This record gives sequence, structure tokens and C-alpha cells, in this order.
Amino acid sequence: MLQARDLWKSYGKKAAVSGVSLDVNAGEIVGLLGPNGAGKSTTVAMLCGLTIPDTGTVTVGGVPVGDDGSLVKRRIGLVPQDISLYEDYAAIANLELFGALYGLEGAALKDRARAALELVGLSDRARDKPQSFSGGMKRRLNIACALVHDPDVLLLDEPTAGVDPQSRNAIFENLELLRSRGKALLYTTHYMEEAERLCDRVVIMDHGVVAASDRKEALLDLLPPEKRTKTVVRDASLEDVFLHLTGRQLRD
Amino acid sequence: MNALKALVRKDLILYFSNKRALAITLAAPILIAAFFGSVMGGPPKKPSRVPVAVVDLDGSEVSKGIVAAMAADTSFDLKPTTEPEAIELVRQGKVRAAAVIPPGFGDGASRALFRPNVKKPEIVVHYDPSQAIALAMIKGLLAQHVMATVGKSAFSGASGMRALESARKELNESKAVDEASRKDLQKLFDAVESLQARTAAVEKSAAGKSEAKTSAPGFTMPFETRAAEVTGNANSKYNGYAHSFAGMGVQFVLFMGIEIGVGILLMRRMGLWKRMRAAPVSRTLLLGSRIVSGTLIATMLMAGIYAAGIAFFGVRIEGSVVGFVAIAIAFAILTSTFGLLIAALGKTPEATRGLAVLATLLLVMLGGAWVPAFIFPEWLQTVTLFTPTRWAVDGLEAMTWRGQGIDAAYAPVAAMLAFSAVFALIAIQRFDWEE
Ligand SMILES: Nc1ncnc2c1ncn2[C@@H]1O[C@H](COP(=O)(O)OP(=O)(O)OP(=O)(O)O)[C@@H](O)[C@H]1O
Ligand SMILES: [Mg+2]
Repeated sequence: MLQARDLWKSYGKKAAVSGVSLDVNAGEIVGLLGPNGAGKSTTVAMLCGLTIPDTGTVTVGGVPVGDDGSLVKRRIGLVPQDISLYEDYAAIANLELFGALYGLEGAALKDRARAALELVGLSDRARDKPQSFSGGMKRRLNIACALVHDPDVLLLDEPTAGVDPQSRNAIFENLELLRSRGKALLYTTHYMEEAERLCDRVVIMDHGVVAASDRKEALLDLLPPEKRTKTVVRDASLEDVFLHLTGRQLRD
Repeated sequence: MNALKALVRKDLILYFSNKRALAITLAAPILIAAFFGSVMGGPPKKPSRVPVAVVDLDGSEVSKGIVAAMAADTSFDLKPTTEPEAIELVRQGKVRAAAVIPPGFGDGASRALFRPNVKKPEIVVHYDPSQAIALAMIKGLLAQHVMATVGKSAFSGASGMRALESARKELNESKAVDEASRKDLQKLFDAVESLQARTAAVEKSAAGKSEAKTSAPGFTMPFETRAAEVTGNANSKYNGYAHSFAGMGVQFVLFMGIEIGVGILLMRRMGLWKRMRAAPVSRTLLLGSRIVSGTLIATMLMAGIYAAGIAFFGVRIEGSVVGFVAIAIAFAILTSTFGLLIAALGKTPEATRGLAVLATLLLVMLGGAWVPAFIFPEWLQTVTLFTPTRWAVDGLEAMTWRGQGIDAAYAPVAAMLAFSAVFALIAIQRFDWEE
């Protein structure tokens, strides 16, 4: 569904992304992992047509994603890393605004906005303003805004930052539902247990390049035997693999 | 189209839902305009008489005539007094100027009328240097009354006969005049003399009848002035409030424009701007929606401010209503593109707001929003034509108290739209889309 080939992007002299390729198929959740500053958000920005890559191509269903008014963008939903809501604008109004930006109108717009709100469990707060919401509620609304136009591809950039286990679980269930409906999801996170629970495949990035990309189970085989610490259920965790690949040094 | 509507709707709802901010945005210009308007002329009124002192040290028929004529003039509030007191009055600012008619003025002036090369008597005018404009006016009015009075007495009064006598004597003794000219001048004097004799006879027989004096021939100013206030139509009058509402309306609506710009910078900081750009909408649409909503908000604010001016302060659109609306809309477009320009040039919202307020105050001051541009020095009046605010204030004034027609609206509208286009172009060029 979503296909990225050899994406490059630098800001001034600093290379943020250097030759990233990845695929996300329909009915699949792909985890995008990497330390701070690895280039995850930059990659996501290029995937959704927000940032133009210096070189490389992004296609959705075979159609290149352009910038600005490109209609392919209607098939992509973006949950940005920072909560992007109009704080003084009613929750339902935020949803209707984003729906309208993605080409919905009239009764369809109203229905879709209500459905998205329902999905994230905020129906009873439709008329309230996000400024009166808790952090978790804002995160959920932030996700709903990406779903309102029912996109085929959903890009989630750390959608669960600062969210309690209850909300996180609810979000996971939503995402699994979307996967079962055949959507293609790219899930960026720093939490290994999230990736372990949710993702079918994992792409690990560091310093702007893909360090590893495979099925979860296959990735575990990358770890040399002497680094395997877990012995009870499995002899390694995704976290061990991650640290093995990206080192223990602090970033950014 | 749908996206544009949704974006504009969002901007309007967000703006008008902040009731307190809206109330302040409307109340501030109205209150300040009320203050400025009442200080700078208030509602229409009659021009005031200029207070002037006059000192008659001559006491002749001629000087008395001049004082009487000046007293009858509605331009003056005349105060006959002594010389030291007159100077003191000027010093205290109680009168604009004091005219001192010297001893022997009547005879001297009549003589000087016939003989250009004798020394002319002097009327000294003491004036208040802070009221230099009044001096020119007083000189002009003195000239009118002195000419009329002296001219009349030269052809009738006793001082005229004396003056003619001495002029004739001088002519006969003069060697500089050739025979032919001497003959002609003598004929002129003869004619004046017989005129004087006839007038004296008429005056004697008609003693006590008032028209006798007025019928006396003589030189008079060949014109009179009638003060007519120049406003668009005969019934409209300068209204200090019409000026102050134009000025303060422009100032505070521009402040709203700053908020548009700062709002975009805040949006960018919160990542909202990026989020919008991930949607399938063009940059032009994103910026364009801001221009549309900013224009609508500015127009509504302008309407609110003028509604108060019209309802409570006697501001009237004496000129073209269509022209007024066109100017208000052009100014609203100017405001929203100004906001975009601020967003494009600014970095952080905080620093940008401070700088933008300073720039706006300068623009507004130079535009004549505080004090009318017509009291600026000539060079400044020319320079300020390059500020868009000048066009806004002038245009609004033209359509209100100046009462000018639609023709007078074209230039301000064109100028403001041109500025808007430049602002929008720079904004689009300089706008930092990547951050
Ligand atoms: N607009 C920008 N201008 C300049 N440099 C940038 C910009 N955006 C990102 N970078 C740089 O590009 C690199 C990658 O940043 P990016 O945000 O993609 O990392 P990330 O993997 O999402 O990090 P995090 O986990 O902290 O969100 C970083 O070094 C960052 O400093
Ligand atoms: Mg990131």
C-alpha cells in the first residue's frame, strides 16, 4: 500500500534521513523504532507529503504522493508527534475541520466526525473544547482527527506519549480494529513493549538509515547469543535487539 | 472550496468566541476616538472670531473710521485699548495680535495715497509668535478696512482736501515732471477737488441722514470675502469625531491584523500549521483562507467602530456610501495581508508582537491617525503618501466629513490594494513553510 524508496533529506549540512526505504502493506502494522533524532519524524513527514524529500519517492497504491493539494494525500492519515488541535474549538468542530480539509462535506462529514469521536471514546465530550481535556483525551482526539476521512494509510508518530495504560490499551484496540479492516499502519514509538504487542514488522532506524527491518521474530535472531538475557519465555526481547543495534549512548 | 469555507469558519468562530478580547478591541478605539474627537474640534460648530486689540493713537476721522469698520467685521472680536495693555494682552495670549494706529495716521495716509514717494505712516501689529497664521489674516483684513476708509476720506473729508492741496503745491514746484504730465495731473486734481466740493455740499444738506456717508465716492477694495467652510456638501461640517474615528479605527483594526500574524506564528509553534499542511490543501489556500477570514473580521470591526461613531458621536458618511464601503473593505484586505507579512517576517510570537506594535504605531502616526496629515510639513505630507495608513485615513475622511463622491475613493482603494498585493507577495515569498 505505502511504498518509500531511497528517501534522503538534509537540513542545511545536517543529514536527517539518508536513503530510507520501507513498505507498509494493507492489513499490517509496521513499527518504526529509533533513538531520538534518528530521523523517524522526518521520514514520516516525507511519507505524508509534508516534507519534500531531496531525492526518493513515496507512493500510495502506486500513485506518487505530491505536496500541497495532491489528492493522494486524502488516502493518508497523520497523527503528528505534537498534539495538533485547536484548543478553543469544540472537539467535534476540530474533527469536522480536518474532515473538510480532506474533502468530506455535508452529511458524510458530520457522520464521519461522529464515528471517529465514538471510536476513541469521546462521544460525550463532543461539544467540549480540548483545552478542558486531560493529556490522554487530547491524544485520543489527536488520533481521531487522522481517522475522520477514513484513510487507507495511517501514520502514527508516537501517538501514546504521556498516555496512561487504560487509554493506551484503548488506542491499541482501535489500531488493531483498523488493521483488521485492511488499513496500512506505520507506528512510531520508543516503547518496545508497544511494538512487541502491536507490530507485525519492525523497522529500526538510527542516524538517518535503516539498521534493520524484518518480522519481529526474525529480528530476535539478530542478537548474538551472549547478549540474550531473557530465559523464561523467550531468550530475548525486542528491547535487547534495539539496544544491540543502536547502542546505549544517549541521543539529542 | 469546502476546505476554504471550513478554514474561514474556524477562524471566525475562534475570533468571535473570545468575547472579552472582542469587547476590548471594539471599546478601545471608540473610547480613544471619543477623547481625541472631543479635543480636536468635536461636533461641527461656527468658526470663532479672532480676538484682536486695536489702539487708536491718532483719533482722527480716518482712524475712527478704521476702528469702526473693524468692529463691524464678524471676523474680529475687537478690543479697543491702550498700547501697553494691548501688548500685555498679546503676551498673555488673550488676543492674537494688537494693531497700533500711530498719531497723524489719517493725514499721512491720505497724503501717501496721492504721492507714492512720501514716507507712509506705519501701523504696528504686535503678534503672538505661536499664532503666526493669525498675523497674515489680520494684515489682510487691516488692508481691506484701511484702504476703504482712507480712500473714501481722500475724496471727501477734510484731510483729503488738505492732502490734495499739498500735492498740488508739490506738483507745481517739482522740476522732475514734464509740462504735459503736469497738465494732466492738474486736471486730475481739479476733478477730485470738484468731487470733494460736491460731496461736502451733499453731506451738509443731508446731515443726519445715514446714507449720506455711504454714498461718498472713493477707493474701496474691489472685492469682499465671504467665509464659506469647504466641505463636500453645503450642510456638512468638519467633525472632529469623523477624523478620530477614522484614525483610531485604522489603528485598532491593524492591531487585530498583528494578532492574525502572531496567531499564525503560534500555530506554527504548536505544530498545527504542519498538521494542516499534511492535508491535501495548497499553501495558497491555507494563506488565502487567512486573508479571507482576516478581511471579514476587519470589516466587521470597522463596521462596529463606525456604528458607534454614527450612533453616538454624530459621524456621518456625507460622501459616497459605496465609496466608504469600498475603502473599508480595501483597508480590511490591507489589514489581513499585513498580518501575513508579520507572520512571514517574524520569528517568535513574543518578539514579533512587540516589533509589530511599534511598526503599526509608526505607520498610524505617519498616516495622520493621531493628528490630521494636513498639519504635517509639506515634505512629510509627501513622504507619508508611501504609507498605506495615510490612504486609509484620508479615504475614510473623504467619504465621511469631507463628503466627497465615489471618484475620491478610487485612489485610496487602488493604493491600499496595491500595498496589499505587495504585502501578500512578500509574505508568500518569505513564508517559512519548512519549519
Ligand atoms: N526542521 C528542521 N530543521 C533542522 N533540523 C531538523 C529539522 N527537523 C529535524 N531536524 C534534525 O533532523 C534529525 C532527525 O530529526 P527527527 O525529528 O526526524 O528525529 P526523530 O527520530 O523523530 O526523533 P524523536 O524520537 O526525538 O522524535 C535531528 O537531528 C533533528 O535535529
Ligand atoms: Mg520524532
